[in-house]
Amino acid sequence: MIAGASNVRSGRLRLLRGPGARSATARRGDRAARRRLGVAMLLLAPALLGLGLFYGYPLVASVFWSFTRYDQLASPAWVGLLNYRYLFTQDPQIGAAVVNTLWFVVVLVPVRIVCALIVAGLLARARTAPGLWRTIFYLPALMPPVASVVAFVFLFNPGTGPVNQVLSWFGVQGPLWFNDPAWSKPSLVILGVWVMGDLMIILLAALLEVPRELYEAASLDGAGAWHQVRHVTLPTISPVIAFSVVTGVIAALQYFTEAAVASGVASGKATVGSGTATLLGYPGTSLLTYTELLYEHGFASFQFGYASAMAVVLFAITATVLGLTIRRIRVFRAEEVR
Amino acid sequence: MSKTTLRRAAAVAAAAAVVAGLVACSPGGSAGIADAAPSHLSGTVSLWHFFTGREASVVQGVVDDFEKRHPDVKVDVHAGQDDEKLQKAIASGQQIDVGLSYSTAIVGSFCSSGAFRDLGPYVKRDGVDLSDIPAAPRSYTEYKGTRCTLPVLADTSALLYNTKLLAAAGITKPPTTLDELESDAMALTTYNPDGSIKTLGFDPLMGFYENSPAHFSPMVDGPWLKEDGTSAIGTSAGWKQLIQWQKRFVDAIGYDKLQAFTSGLGQEFDADNAFQTGQVAMEIDGEYRTAFIADQAPDLQYGIAPTPVMDGLGHYGASYISGNVAGIAKGSTHPELAWALLKYLALDTDAQVALGNGLKNVPTITSALTSPTLEVDGDYSVFVDAATDPHTLTSPATSDGAAYLTTFTTMWEDYQSKGGDLDAALAKLDEDIDNEKALSGP
Repeated sequence: MIAGASNVRSGRLRLLRGPGARSATARRGDRAARRRLGVAMLLLAPALLGLGLFYGYPLVASVFWSFTRYDQLASPAWVGLLNYRYLFTQDPQIGAAVVNTLWFVVVLVPVRIVCALIVAGLLARARTAPGLWRTIFYLPALMPPVASVVAFVFLFNPGTGPVNQVLSWFGVQGPLWFNDPAWSKPSLVILGVWVMGDLMIILLAALLEVPRELYEAASLDGAGAWHQVRHVTLPTISPVIAFSVVTGVIAALQYFTEAAVASGVASGKATVGSGTATLLGYPGTSLLTYTELLYEHGFASFQFGYASAMAVVLFAITATVLGLTIRRIRVFRAEEVR
Repeated sequence: MSKTTLRRAAAVAAAAAVVAGLVACSPGGSAGIADAAPSHLSGTVSLWHFFTGREASVVQGVVDDFEKRHPDVKVDVHAGQDDEKLQKAIASGQQIDVGLSYSTAIVGSFCSSGAFRDLGPYVKRDGVDLSDIPAAPRSYTEYKGTRCTLPVLADTSALLYNTKLLAAAGITKPPTTLDELESDAMALTTYNPDGSIKTLGFDPLMGFYENSPAHFSPMVDGPWLKEDGTSAIGTSAGWKQLIQWQKRFVDAIGYDKLQAFTSGLGQEFDADNAFQTGQVAMEIDGEYRTAFIADQAPDLQYGIAPTPVMDGLGHYGASYISGNVAGIAKGSTHPELAWALLKYLALDTDAQVALGNGLKNVPTITSALTSPTLEVDGDYSVFVDAATDPHTLTSPATSDGAAYLTTFTTMWEDYQSKGGDLDAALAKLDEDIDNEKALSGP
C-alpha cells in the first residue's frame, strides 16, 4: 500500500513539474545508475581480471595455437587446418582415445551416481552410529588420487594381490584386472565407486532435506516404498542429481590422473620423468584417454599446436554435451526454477 | 558507421592484437660469440639438472672440482629439474646457462627451435676435437647438422643372465643368437601344476621392463629413418624378421600365460624386480641395473653378455645407446662460463670418469671409457665396450621427440596380442609415422 501510494505521488509530481523536470530527474537517475555500475565493476574487477587472465587468455591462445605448428620454444608458424586435418583423418590413436573417454562418460558417471545414491539412501535411514558410517564411507574420498590408484593396482595385482587370493578361496579364477584390456576400465570404475564419498555426501544432504510430511502423505495415499522413492525422493533431489551428472560428465571428459597412474604402475615400469608418456594407455591402448593423448602430443612430442587443436575440440564437445544435458534436465529450465 | 559495425571492428582489432601479442610473446633469437675464449673465467653460471638425492651429490662433487679449477667461478646448481621444467623455464625466458636433460628426445626440438644454442661456433673457435665422442653419441646430440648438445654419460643395453639358474638347467654359456636365446629360455621356463608359468627363461613380451624396439634394435641392426626423414621401419626385412621371431616366441608359450605371469611380477625399479628375485632368468637391461642389484640383491649370481642377435643381421657386441645431453640455453647471460662448464662435464676425462663411477652410467668419451680409473667390475665391460662398438645403434633425433618410437611400440604390442597381417601393419606404421612427422614440420 505504501509503495503504491508513493508511486502515484511521484507520478503526480512529474506531471506537475513538466518535461524539463522529468529530464533532470532522469539525469540524476542515470548518474546514480552509472555510479552503481562503477562500484559494481570496481568490486568485480579482481574476479574479471582473473577470468580474463586465466580463462579468456588461455582460451584465445589455444584457439590461435591450434592453427599453428608450435613447440613452446620457437615462434608459432601458421599451418591453417593441418592440425585439425590430422586430428579428424590421420591420428592413429584418436579413435581409441575417444572411445575410452566416452566409455568413462557413459559407464563411470552413472555407476558412481547410482552407487552413491544407494549408499546415501541407506545412511539416511541408519539409526545406529550414523556419524561413524558416514565417516567410513566418506573417508576414501580424502585419499589423494595417485595414492588410491597405486593401492588399488597392488590390491588387484593378479599374482600377489589379495583380491584374486580371496576369489581363489571360492574357486574363482580372478581376471588380470588392470593388466587386461577388457578389465582395465571396469577396474577403474570399481575404484571410482570406492572413492564416491564426495558424491555420496551431497546426495545424503539432499535426501535428509526431503520433507518427512511428503512421505507421510504418500504413505496415507497408499504409496509403497518404491513409489515413494519414484514420486517423492527423486523429484525432490533432482537438482542435486543434475549437478552430479553435469560435474561427473565434465570430470569424465577430462579423465587423466587415475588412468595414467594405473597404466604406469600396472605395467611394472612406474617412474617419473623420462618415458612416462610411453606408458600411457597400458594395457595396449585400453586406458588411453583423450586428455592423455593430448598430453602426450603436447609435452612428449613437442606438438603443442596439435595439442591445442585437441583442446579446442574437447572444449567444443564438452560445451555441446553439457548444453544438451542441461536442456534434457528439467531442473535447469527457467519455468522449473520459477 | 553503425554501432554494430564499430563493435565488430573493435572485436577484430582486439583479436588481431591478441594474436600479435601471442606471436610477440613467443620466444626466439640467438647471440653471437667472442672471437677468442676468455683467458680468465669469473662469475656465476647456473646448471639445471634432473638428478636428485645421492645422484645429485655425485654431480655436485664434479661441479666442486670445476670450481676448484676456476676459483673465481661459482656454479649455481638447480637439482631435480626434469625436462618439462627445463622446457618451460627456457620458453619463459628464465635465466638458465647450462641445461642437462635425461633424454635425447629433446635434441630435435631444442636444436631446431634454438632453445639450446648452436655449439658449432664454440667448437670451431676453440678447436675442440669431438672425435673422442663415439659415433652414436656424437650423432644423437645433433640435429640436421646443428650441434646444440653434448653427451654427458649414456645407457647401453645387454643381456643379463642368472648364472645359477643357467647352470642348473645345464646351460654353460649365455646365448649369442636369437635361436639360442629362445631354446635356452624354453629350457629355463618352469610351470605350475595348473599350467601357469612358475619361472620364465626370458620374457619376450614387448613392453616388459626394458623390452622395447630400441633395445631390441641391435638384434637385427634395425633402421629407423631414411635420409629424407621418413620411416624406414616398415620396409626393413630385419625388423619384420625380428617381429615374426618375437611373435612365434610369444605364441610358443602363450600370450595369455605370459601376460598373467608378467602381471604378477614386481616393479622394474623395486627390490622385487623379477630378474633380481629369480623369477626371470634372462633379460635385456641397461648398465644401471648393476647398481640396483648391488643395492637390492647383492647375493644374486649373474653375468652380462652382449645382446643376442639374429643370424646374419645383427652385430654381436653392439648395443643400443642413448643418454643424457647438455646444452647452453638460449637465454644464457654467461655463455662463455656455460661453455666452459659444458665442456668440462662432457669432454673432460676426469669429470666423465667421476660421473660414470658415481652414477653407474657409461661415459661418452673414449678417453674415459678406456681410462684405468673407470670402475669396470666383472662383466661390466660388456656395457663399456658396447659404447665404442662401431655397430652400436641409436635412434635419430626428430623435432617431435622421436615420437616414432612410441608409435612403433604401440604397433608391436598390438601385433603381439592380436596377430594379423604383419605386412599391412608395417605399411600402416610407416604411414602413421610419416603423417605425424608433418605435424612437427620439416
